[in-house]
Amino acid sequence: MVLVLVGVSLIVFTMMMLLPPGQRVAIYVNGDRVTPQMMDRLIAKYGLDEPAPLQYWRWVSNIFRGEFGYSITASAPVWDGFVRFFPVSLELVLLAAPLIILTGILLGTLGAVRKDTPTDHFTRIMAIVGFSLPTFWLGLLLLMVFYGFAGIFPPSQMSNEVRNVVFGGGFHQYTRLVTLDAILNWRWDIFWDAFYRMILPSVNLAIINSALIMRLMRSSMLESLGQDYMMTARAKGADRRTLIRHHARRNAMLPVITISGITFADLMGSMVITETIFDRKGIGWWMAQAALQLDVPAIMFDVLFLGTVYVVINLIVDLIYAWVDPRVRLA
Amino acid sequence: METSADRRLSAAHPRLKELLFTLRRFLKNPLSVIGLSLVVIFGIIALLAPVLAPPKYPDPFRIPHTGFRIEPSPPSAAHPLGTMQQQYDMLYGLIWGTRSAFRIGVFVVAANLLIGIILGVLAGYFGGAWDEIIMRITDIFFAIPYLVMAMALVVAIGRGLKAVTIVLIITGWPSYTRVLRSDILVTRGRDFIQAARASGASHLRIMINHILPNAMYSVLILASLNIGTTILTAAALSFLGLGSETGTADWGQIISLCRNWIVGAPGNRFAYWYVVFIPGFVISLFVLGWNLMGDAVRDIFDPRMRRR
Repeated sequence: MVLVLVGVSLIVFTMMMLLPPGQRVAIYVNGDRVTPQMMDRLIAKYGLDEPAPLQYWRWVSNIFRGEFGYSITASAPVWDGFVRFFPVSLELVLLAAPLIILTGILLGTLGAVRKDTPTDHFTRIMAIVGFSLPTFWLGLLLLMVFYGFAGIFPPSQMSNEVRNVVFGGGFHQYTRLVTLDAILNWRWDIFWDAFYRMILPSVNLAIINSALIMRLMRSSMLESLGQDYMMTARAKGADRRTLIRHHARRNAMLPVITISGITFADLMGSMVITETIFDRKGIGWWMAQAALQLDVPAIMFDVLFLGTVYVVINLIVDLIYAWVDPRVRLA
Repeated sequence: METSADRRLSAAHPRLKELLFTLRRFLKNPLSVIGLSLVVIFGIIALLAPVLAPPKYPDPFRIPHTGFRIEPSPPSAAHPLGTMQQQYDMLYGLIWGTRSAFRIGVFVVAANLLIGIILGVLAGYFGGAWDEIIMRITDIFFAIPYLVMAMALVVAIGRGLKAVTIVLIITGWPSYTRVLRSDILVTRGRDFIQAARASGASHLRIMINHILPNAMYSVLILASLNIGTTILTAAALSFLGLGSETGTADWGQIISLCRNWIVGAPGNRFAYWYVVFIPGFVISLFVLGWNLMGDAVRDIFDPRMRRR
């Protein structure tokens, strides 16, 4: 696990070593005013022309001190940018992930239970189509129909009036998650304003990302329905509902848990596109801007962060596995 | 009565017989036939691109544009699918974009396959330290979302379609390595490999003649499914502005030219629907074709469903 993170940091570092030293200065500098004359001095000062292992060591020790450099796209040090952008993405993931997992599990179960009926065909075709749609196109279509034509579900995080309230003082930002803060401040109008704007991006993410879970759930459920313990349960007189819910689905869920973890981590990647289209200034949007403006410190940080998220989620999945599956727990 | 063709078939190499059986199953499945036809149609469009849309510039991948007017114009006789922002011709862009898509998709996936197979064989067949090192490297690649990894690499080596191709080659191989390795591990322990080894076959011979043909199928299915993913990722990079230059016949680039037109004109809210709808629809069909094919082949090769 730690090994994977070290590897990720090595890959990020190697990629950035391909850039000329001048573009890497920003990783060490915490300010936005660098003149060409200062540049040479800075390159010498931070040893950007020294051997790579030395530079790697310096970069990693900076990370452990919490210094990630300055991000031009955030106009702030990278960590400040992260604190500003991350809650926006987290909020959307927290809404979209359950939607994706539930859709996938429900439709997958439905397809398996009604195998070879029109319902089954429909869900299977939906899954394949979901795989094939470009995220950015689906997002644009949704915006065109709902916002452009019907005038509902506008993009961005919140309306200007609400933005003035949220950042204008008097509104406590406990968690920086706007919806949650709104409830804590007992401002349901703000909650609704922010929540309303998350619906379309969540639907967009759900259509694209639930396909994988749906398919896995279907095949896993089919396998589980064919097992001997199903016949035993039926012989003991369990009704259909109990059969499906307690005997088949419980067992079929196991591989789905693994994939759900991966989906959760992948969502952070899909955010790049979704946030760019729906104009939500989160981590994904930041990453896209950073890539366009060669904001090296932000990119290095984001990749490292996403790698960490992946590792942590995999750990959580292992723990959930142990909790759900007595064979693992008692082993 | 047994025809001579049948006799030749039954006398044929068992591997050829399996292949023909697979082909027959493949052609019986409506979804796979739809997928195959989509891919074939796109292939014909790509091949006939110079005939369907004669290039106006020395570089055929530059879309001709008539004027610089910002607003797209609807389909007309001169522009059968309308024009995009700055009057780039949509039909021309889509036709030559098909060529770009095949170039990127097929080239990247072929290169991925080659790297993936070499490393997968090293890891699966020789095991030990090889296995440990290669698999840890794939773990690292899996820890970073594909698109994000590709974006970071594009930043490091520069923009443009060529850079995108290189980036996708570097980042795309680990899934093949992983799948091939596990297949080889299963195959390696089978009796016929022991027999080959006992009869003195060399490592290379065992690998190429005995292990690869049996372990290849899942990798090839993955490749078919991955052509779609590769095209989508390349398009996403172009869409974000990290791929080809403005005016290049590349589907992602075309969509990014059209993204500003989701809101129509006052009075006619769907005024520009065609610029948003058409290019994405074409990408989806292309990807759908490869996915349907890969999916059908997977079902056919699934041993639990094969001989029923």
